[in-house]
Amino acid sequence: MTMAPIPKIRAEAVGKIFGEGADEFLAIDRIDLTVAPNEFVSIVGTSGCGKSTFLNMVGGLTEPTFGDILIDGKPVKGPGRDRGFVFQGYSLFEWMTVEGNILFALEKSRLSKPEKTELVRQFIHEVGLRGFEKSYPRQLSGGMRQRVAIARALVYKPSLLLMDEPFGALDAQTRGMMQELLLKVWEDHKVTVLFVTHDVEEAIFLADRVIVLASRPGRIKRELTVDLPRPRQFDIVTSPEFSQLKRGVLADIREETLKVMSLGDAG
Amino acid sequence: MPKTSSIAANAAAGRIDRRQSRRKKGLLRLRQPIPDRVFTTAGLVVPVVLVLLWFAVTALGLVKPLFLPSPLAILEEAWRQISTGILFEDAAVSSYRIIVGWLSAAVLAIPVGILMGNFRLFEGALEPLISTVRYMPIVALIPLTILWAGIGDEQKILILFLGTFFQMTLMVMDNVKNIDVNLIRAGQTLGFSNTEILWRIILPAALPAIWDTCRITIGWTWTYLVVAELVAAQSGLGRRIMDAQRYLATDTIIFGTLFIGLLGLLTDYAFKRTGRSLFRWTADR
Repeated sequence: MTMAPIPKIRAEAVGKIFGEGADEFLAIDRIDLTVAPNEFVSIVGTSGCGKSTFLNMVGGLTEPTFGDILIDGKPVKGPGRDRGFVFQGYSLFEWMTVEGNILFALEKSRLSKPEKTELVRQFIHEVGLRGFEKSYPRQLSGGMRQRVAIARALVYKPSLLLMDEPFGALDAQTRGMMQELLLKVWEDHKVTVLFVTHDVEEAIFLADRVIVLASRPGRIKRELTVDLPRPRQFDIVTSPEFSQLKRGVLADIREETLKVMSLGDAG
Repeated sequence: MPKTSSIAANAAAGRIDRRQSRRKKGLLRLRQPIPDRVFTTAGLVVPVVLVLLWFAVTALGLVKPLFLPSPLAILEEAWRQISTGILFEDAAVSSYRIIVGWLSAAVLAIPVGILMGNFRLFEGALEPLISTVRYMPIVALIPLTILWAGIGDEQKILILFLGTFFQMTLMVMDNVKNIDVNLIRAGQTLGFSNTEILWRIILPAALPAIWDTCRITIGWTWTYLVVAELVAAQSGLGRRIMDAQRYLATDTIIFGTLFIGLLGLLTDYAFKRTGRSLFRWTADR
């Protein structure tokens, strides 16, 4: 990069303390992270390492105890429609149909009614849910529900998509399909994605860059660039380059897991 | 006989043979399914056997009618109450008390529970108090309710209210707390205000559970009925039972108890049915 554009996300020494008094503990300790526009960044770490907390802070759902988070150069002040969020549980509005869920996300936009209807139609088509417009979430499979959630998070055209283990509850086959769908949507819409997962393979397969978090307190242990060609196909995970990346990250994660386990023993 | 069908028949027979030989005897295998027909029949057989036993015991004169009148005596009592119209009078009076008592409890408990479930301040302020008060024995409050509300319908309604309100508030609070917090977060990222999130996300999400709480608590009010009509009641299903005690009219007591149970069951069923059609989206597939 010759000149430095304004980063999409800029986190400066961001930290989070939970609890008060004797229960106080440091969940995240000074995370510095810069994400470029249109970049796909995965954050991977053991459970309880603070990766979801960090994502919530970027989303404006949790306030950092110290440090600053800038999006497009402006400090985050609460949640906003410049960011879309996909959660691990399906988190759909179960009393609304597929169509209703996506339309609900457009309620605060200034588009005309026909424009909204058209957008909803287009996104339902994009995530492959045609014919299910009038279905209720309970009538859909896990993968289909998460596709509704993705459409709901993208339909109002946020420039940043935050995903908190979105495929964690899906079976391996469905997860693979969803990953490919996500990459396609990402390439079509040119959004920046911050993707939290505990699945190392998923993190590498999707991302331009993988951030490995250390546990207790959460901080960046390692950053690695994924130089694999795009568009990526599912079989890329068997390539030697992929394996090498995976081996490195797995070793890091294992070290962290062991650390946490021994801490648990000591406590 | 056509060839194919005999093959099919043989195969079918073979399959049946094999299945039978593999099946271990008996319906009492740990956690194993039994035929639906057997399951339903079992549920009918037990009450029928009990009634037959009851019949036999009374017909053979093994128990004095004072302690246990025959099922026929109960039916006679039912007919007496129906033909004289007492039953409908009692049911009307009691239903009125139940509805007003339960409704006033619900009208207060639902908003208070919603506030407690959403705002930690309300939870902190009210939860310790309500959690303590809900263990108060309702019967012990009768003298106080008479002092406060007199001996008319108001006192009965107050008893039903007190028996329902505190528990219901805590249940509604839990119903609200149990909704997926990410629904609220999704609402926030979509740009909705707190008031909008409360009305358009939290409430509809918690509504099926709140409805269920309504169903359960109105069931409780039926069980409180006798307590409510313990003192200074002229009529009512509970009163009828208490009066019968004075005259040792065992048949009236048993019929009254069964009838209150039946009304409770019907209310429960009505709530279940209504809930199912109100909240179609909760049905899987």
